[in-house]
Formats: sequence, structure tokens, C-alpha cells
Amino acid sequence: MTATASVPTPSFGAARTVRLGLSRAGYELRSYFRQGDTVFFTFLFPLLMLTIFSVAFSDAEFGRTPDGDPVTAAQYYLPAMLAAGVLLSGLQNMATDIAMEKSDGTLKRLAGAPLSPVSYFIGKIGQVLVTGVLQAALLIVAARIAFDVPLPTEPAAWLTFAWVFLLGVTTCAILGIGLSGLPRSGKSATAVIIPIVLVLQFISGVYIQFSTLPEWLQSIANVFPLAWLAHGMRSVFLPDSYAALEAGGAWNLPGIAIVCGIWLVAGLVVTRLTFRWIRKDG
Amino acid sequence: MTTENVVEVRGLTKAYRGFEAVRGIDFDIRRGETFALLGPNGAGKSTTIEILEGYRDRTGGEVRVLGADPRHGGLAWKARLGIVLQSSGETGTATVREQLRHFAGYYPNPRDVEEVIAAVGLEEKAGTRISKLSGGQKRRVDVALGIVGRPELLFLDEPTTGFDPEARRQFWALIRSLRDEGTSILLTTHYLDEAQQLSDRGGIIAGGELVAIGAIDELGGADARIPIVRWLQDGVLRQERTTEPGALIARLAAGGEPERLEVIRPSLEDIYLELVGETAAAPALEGSPA
Repeated sequence: MTATASVPTPSFGAARTVRLGLSRAGYELRSYFRQGDTVFFTFLFPLLMLTIFSVAFSDAEFGRTPDGDPVTAAQYYLPAMLAAGVLLSGLQNMATDIAMEKSDGTLKRLAGAPLSPVSYFIGKIGQVLVTGVLQAALLIVAARIAFDVPLPTEPAAWLTFAWVFLLGVTTCAILGIGLSGLPRSGKSATAVIIPIVLVLQFISGVYIQFSTLPEWLQSIANVFPLAWLAHGMRSVFLPDSYAALEAGGAWNLPGIAIVCGIWLVAGLVVTRLTFRWIRKDG
Repeated sequence: MTTENVVEVRGLTKAYRGFEAVRGIDFDIRRGETFALLGPNGAGKSTTIEILEGYRDRTGGEVRVLGADPRHGGLAWKARLGIVLQSSGETGTATVREQLRHFAGYYPNPRDVEEVIAAVGLEEKAGTRISKLSGGQKRRVDVALGIVGRPELLFLDEPTTGFDPEARRQFWALIRSLRDEGTSILLTTHYLDEAQQLSDRGGIIAGGELVAIGAIDELGGADARIPIVRWLQDGVLRQERTTEPGALIARLAAGGEPERLEVIRPSLEDIYLELVGETAAAPALEGSPA
């Protein structure tokens, strides 16, 4: 059979894969912001929680800066909410989204189209990055303007924020892809994913002060990336003296890179090995 | 096997956990023709079409689609296909136009998006979100997405389900125009009038086997098309198949005017039901001379 010889061969190379990936990202972003429920439950949720905590605990004591100024509830909870946002925008959004697309036929349609899975994932991660950055910016600006939270001024702190944030979003997104295979149907996606996310937030020091948790629970939480992301965010937005409250009495930035890095690589390998557009024989 | 065939299927089998859904079928689709695959639900139609589309792996046999094995069809191969699946439950937030523009970008030589929207009759809904469309309108979006890439070979799996009669006529006109442009089409449908209107050739699948194949007007063979003369004699309904109904009627009329006389030429539907009935081993179909 020589039919392939007569086929015109337009380019299906890497440049096209990236171009379609960016096109997917734009398409995904537009879809994201048109879904009122996801905007509320993943995009605005951390801001809502920050507001509630700031108001509810406005009289509570969260310690003092070395200068003797009290640390407000908003300042104390800002790093936790930033970490929660990374988890929601990355893991929760990605896992429920892909699970839905698996069951509603979107992936089957894409499987039949000349689209590389790589383009699809560039689109997904692009969407997560953009929404994650907007969410973080919104949180930080709201904290500064509405709740008068002092922000770090040293570039080193912002550099730490940038890499912790990027590593966190990417890791959570990849893990979200892995978890998307867990729900048996699109309908059960949120019911399966949200409890996981919620439990992780409670044991990782997002809602409850990490240092007040029993040590064994801290050890469990430290296996997962979220506790480390929250730790990293605290190192950026809380006074240095707060390091004394952490395990070992110091900020452990290499620990963040190691734990998140391991999850990221493991997630990538698992995704590469297991992702299929569709189950071929159901 | 020649390169003039866009689809070549030889001895195709597919088993699911011991159940044989497809039990050795052979057919070709020639370049430029519209081929209808007919058969009852569960006969193996969708399994066959999904194997050709690359969605399912076969158990045995040989399959060539546009010269390639669908199991290893890459992006360049997919770019030459158009696929309209049997069902698509997507409730996207994209509008009709946005969805088509986006998908057009996947193909090297796409059709003009506005022309495609007009061809499926959705001009007035072009700016509407797909989730807000009716079932029939969503189906038209599926068809539009199937043709926007200017496919050489178009798979249409029960494309007109949920269409009203007018929409179905419009759809037929669209398929004819695609055919005129040289598009090869594989169609499955439950509407036999649709198959008769649109296709050049067809095959009937029942129980995982191809029980008939040929030009759509000759399916089932000449014998299946022998007219039936039916009349009432002494209160009993009689019928006889004959290639010379006129002579039979003349003989009958010689003995007086026959009551409730009629000549029936088997339609595609009659032939289809007979063929499908036989293989489904339906218990004792009465009055079915073969």
C-alpha cells in the first residue's frame, strides 16, 4: 500500500503543539470564567475565607512583630490562604475539570481530533497558572488595601514567593491530573475530590495553626506538598521571628523544594504512563 | 487492496470479555462514495465504526483507513478524518462560533467557519453558548465540528437523531454537497429512507455479521425485490411473489374481480427487516417467502 506517499504533509511538529497549547489555554480560560460555580468555589474561595477569618478573629492574638506591633488575623492567614489558593486552583480545579471532561465526552472528541495530549496539558497548565496568579494577586492586594497587611519589601522574599508559588501550582496541577482518574464519573468528581482537598487543608495548617497540631499529625501532613507550601508562604509574609514556631525553629526552604519536587516528578511519570484520552475498551 | 478504497476491512472481529460483538466482517468504501452501515441496536455498527475511527482496538482482522492502521493513526492521519460520534453530552460554555473557530485551528486546511455555520443552519445561534442550544441544535454543532477540518473521510454515527423533518432535509442537502465535493462518507442510521436518499452502497450488520452488502438499491439481492401480489380469497388473505405480477393478476381477474388486490414492491425497510429478522433468529416469521 502506497497511499501514504500521496498524503500532503503539513507540519505536525513541536511548534504546532505549543501553538495549539496556547490556543487551548485561551479557550480554557474563557470557559473557566464563564462557570460561575468554579469561579466562586476555587477562584474567590480563599479571598472569602481570608475575609471571614479577618473579621471573626479581629480581636484574637496572633503574636507580635519584633517592633512590638500586633500581627493581625489577616496577616496571619494571608500565607495560609495563598497556599490554599494554589491547592484549589491547581489540584481541585484540574482534577474535577478533567474528570468531568472524561465523562461528558470532551476528551473523546479531542481524541478524534488532530490534537496532541501535550497541547491539551499546556492548555490546562496555562489556565491554572493564569487563574492562580490572578487569585494570588487578588488576595495580596485585598490583604494590603482592605486589611492593612504589611507586605515584605526585600526582593529576596518576593523571589522566594515566586518560586514557591510556581513550584506549588505546577505540582498541584500535575497531581490534579493524576487524581482526575479517581472519580468514577463526572457527577461524583467534586464529591470525591473536595473531601481530599479539605482534609489536606485542615491537617496542613491552612485553617488551624500548624504548630498547635499534634506532632504525629504534622508528620503526616509533611508528607504532602500543601504543608510545605503553607510553610513557604509563612516564611515570606510573617516576621522572621515566627520561624521559632516552626518545626526545627527555622524556615526550611530546601525542604519545600525537595518534597514538592519529588511529588512533581512522580506525578509527571505517573501521568505520562497512565493518561489516555479515553479508556479504549469499556 | 487498492488505494482507491478509503476504508478496507477484512475479517474484522471484536470480542468483549468473551462476547463476540463483531464476528468477521469484510467491506470496502471507495473514494468519494457514501456508504451506509445499517443494523439494529447492538448489532456491532458502533463497535465497527469506532474501530475504524481509532477509538477501539480490534481483536482480529485487518483494517485500513486512508491507508493507515487506525491503531497507529497519528495526528496527520486524524487531520484527514471528520468524526461525528453517536452521542456527545458536552455542555460547553463556548459559543457555536468560538467552538468552531477553536477546532478549525487544529486542521491544516479548515473550511471557513461562517460557511460551516450556515451549512448546518445555525446562523442565528452562532453567538449562543452551546449549553443553551436544543438537542437537535447541539447535534448540528457536532456535525459542524465533524466537517470544519475539510475531511477526506467523514464518519457519521446516527447523525440526525433528534432532528425534525425539515432539519433532516437540510442535513441531507449538506451531505449531498459534501459528496459532490468528493468527501467519502461512512454513515450509520436507523432511518432507512435516509440511507436510501444519501448512500451509494450499504451493508447490513446483524448479530456481528455482515448479512448483506451492495448498491443501496440492490441490497438483499434481486430475489428480495420480487414484488408481492396480495388479495383476499374466500375470506383468507393470500399472497404470492412473482416477477410477473401483471400475468398473475390477469389470471386472478379472469375468475372475477379479486378482493383487496394489491401489488407490493418490497422497500428497503421490508428487505432490511427480513434480513435482520432472519439472523436474529426471530421465531417463525409468518409469510416470509425467501
